[in-house]
Amino acid sequence: MAAVVVLLIALAAIGGLYSAVAPTGQAKADESAQSLTITEGQRLYSVGCASCHGTGGQGSSDGPSLVGVGAAAVDFQVSTGRMPAATAQGAQIPKKRNIYSQAQIDQLATYIASLGTGPSVPTEAQYGPEGADIAKGGELFRTNCAQCHNFTGHGGALTHGKFAPDLEGVAPKHIYEAMQTGPQNMPSFPDTTMSEKNKKDIIAYLDAVNGDDTVEPGGLSLGGLGPVSEGLFAWIFGLGALIAVAVWVAARTAKAKKS
Amino acid sequence: MSTTPNTDARSSREKAPAGERVADWADGRLGIYSLAKANMRKIFPDHWSFMLGEVCMYSFIIIILTGVYLTLFFHPSMNEVEYHGSYIPLQGQLMSEAFNSTMHISFDVRGGLLIRQIHHWAALIFVAAMMIHMMRVFFTGAFRKPREVNWLFGWLLLVLSLFTGFTGYSLPDDLLSGTGVRFIEGVLLSVPIVGTYLSFFIFGGEFPGGDFVARFYSVHILLLPGIMLGLMVAHLILVFYHKHTQFAGPGKTNNNVVGMPLLPVYMAKAGGFFFLVFGVIAVIAAIASINPIWAMGPYRPDQVSTGAQPDWYMGFAEGLVRVMPGWEINLWGHTLVLGVFIPIVVFPLVLVAIAVYPFIESWVTGDKNEHHILDRPRNTPTRTGFGVAWLAAYFVMLIGGGNDLWATHFHLSINAITWFVRIGFFVIPVLAFIATKRICLGLQRRDKDKVLHGRESGIIKRLPHGEFIEVHEPLSQEALHTLTAHHQYEPAMIGATVDENGVERKVSGAEKLRAKLSKSYYGEDSQIPKPTAEEYKEITSGHGHH
Repeated sequence: MAAVVVLLIALAAIGGLYSAVAPTGQAKADESAQSLTITEGQRLYSVGCASCHGTGGQGSSDGPSLVGVGAAAVDFQVSTGRMPAATAQGAQIPKKRNIYSQAQIDQLATYIASLGTGPSVPTEAQYGPEGADIAKGGELFRTNCAQCHNFTGHGGALTHGKFAPDLEGVAPKHIYEAMQTGPQNMPSFPDTTMSEKNKKDIIAYLDAVNGDDTVEPGGLSLGGLGPVSEGLFAWIFGLGALIAVAVWVAARTAKAKKS
Repeated sequence: MSTTPNTDARSSREKAPAGERVADWADGRLGIYSLAKANMRKIFPDHWSFMLGEVCMYSFIIIILTGVYLTLFFHPSMNEVEYHGSYIPLQGQLMSEAFNSTMHISFDVRGGLLIRQIHHWAALIFVAAMMIHMMRVFFTGAFRKPREVNWLFGWLLLVLSLFTGFTGYSLPDDLLSGTGVRFIEGVLLSVPIVGTYLSFFIFGGEFPGGDFVARFYSVHILLLPGIMLGLMVAHLILVFYHKHTQFAGPGKTNNNVVGMPLLPVYMAKAGGFFFLVFGVIAVIAAIASINPIWAMGPYRPDQVSTGAQPDWYMGFAEGLVRVMPGWEINLWGHTLVLGVFIPIVVFPLVLVAIAVYPFIESWVTGDKNEHHILDRPRNTPTRTGFGVAWLAAYFVMLIGGGNDLWATHFHLSINAITWFVRIGFFVIPVLAFIATKRICLGLQRRDKDKVLHGRESGIIKRLPHGEFIEVHEPLSQEALHTLTAHHQYEPAMIGATVDENGVERKVSGAEKLRAKLSKSYYGEDSQIPKPTAEEYKEITSGHGHH
């Protein structure tokens, strides 16, 4: 009898311990709606992605493995039109028109996330402007991003035809996801390297200096590219106008009096 | 000359008019009457390209005027302060006082940003105008005797303006200019043996230190502009002394100047032109942003941005460094950074090449005469070819300096552009030289054709026997003169190698080189013999000839 009691107590203790430490999230994840989403995502995946990334997301010679890239990577790549790439030609896969609906992208993302854990799609609270420190964001941007994306995020060249794209008009959510996942040549800035708050600061800074409502205090920004476009402007419009004026003045000379 | 009692009375009893009295007062003390008498009626020829130098002078004056305004608010100090001005995205950032005061000028001083932008745009236009002015002088041969010294003055002004511009660009201590100053530090460090000493000397210790803004400031606002102002006055005095050159034309000779007098015509024109130049630059400064330091942020040595370029006039130096392979030699624990040192040796050579050109040309051609009539570029194909080749090399290096923007905007590989520039720097000037020379010779042939056969009128005539001919209209006497006014030189030959006693003398290598170069200037491959009066008469006298 004592043995039975001890066994029961031990079982209860282990069971309690198990229920305390068991990863409850995954156990809950397998609900019917979720698995339906995964099935839908898998169907979309087989049509649009499997030819390069393999039938189970394991990757092939034409595309990397997607196990563990997370929903954020899928959302970024597909909703900016970079994926499906359509062709592996060229130095870098460019941004193009997105052909998927947000629901489909979510299905794809859920499927890829089910292959292995990775960063999830950020929420408005994470990338929204509330509570962000713009000046801090500017400092972080100049330290971490400007080397490739230029002072105000107008993009720059990388080696062999690759480039850091212009960040003007890029949705805050996509900037967040790009930092989180490091697409193509970009290094990733996970929360361990750059905190959620810092990412928010950078996004707020970009919106302040490069957003739709940005006022250029000095007039035309000439692409925000620095002295090269300024020099071109000085030669073409500055000197061009002055030469035109010189020709005009020289053509209007004093007439000799007829005696 | 009849003196009436009336005027006599006035001269004795009444005072002269106020203007006359002021003039008399000033003349008695300053001697302005003889100065004005000698110069007021000075004649200047009329051509739009002669006003390019004026553009330089006026933009320089505009730079000085706006620069004085900026010094009233700028603090040339590198003390660290926290920003609390009007520009939100930099609130609370640490920066130097220089940057902070430039932000203050841009956002909180009335008219500050406009004046800053006028100052900077005028600087870019000033250097550009000097280059164009120099091209005009070069391609028309206006640098020939007696104007070689003035050519050097102008050249010095150009070189000094590069450094004045660079020091000014560095003053706000923003991230872009700080990167440029860092570049200069790298250049200094690459100098063998004394590099580190030079760098420590200029920056007062380890880069960036706390001194360079104050040092660059006195160089930028006092030393260099002072020298430039003096040189500019000397440049103008020599223009007065030599008198202005003119293009060939009827009535224009090497001994006269045909044009309008300084007073009143050119005074009015030049005064008006100053305001036009000021107006154009002010409009540009009001429309377009330049050097937006608020977007660049304050300089911090641990930060850098892509697209960090100097202002355009230093772009060719940037190109030289960007495309140079990163060679280095390590010997006895010392590093010789050829990847930077070779470009900074080539940089002055590119500039010196244009400074010494007048002396080389006069040596090669043996031409020691005074020239006051300008050449048309086509009539001196070799000189024109050299000029275009230099410009081609310069432009190729500008491409190198902006290789990243060429890459992103034309979807090219930056590595391919770099290789294009490396090869193009040597090949493209040669191609440009050959092409320019051919084009010049073609234009000379066309001139000859026009003189002998007249202008193509576009009228097609059918002759009675069915042949179609185009009617050529003979040129006017003035046009004929203008097209044939230039002098064609014979190439300088190597003198007799045997003297009257039959003793052979040694021909030096320099002499041989000179004869060869002279042939390339004036040999039969370099100029089309201009039509002679006999040829003209022969062709125009025959009936039915066209």
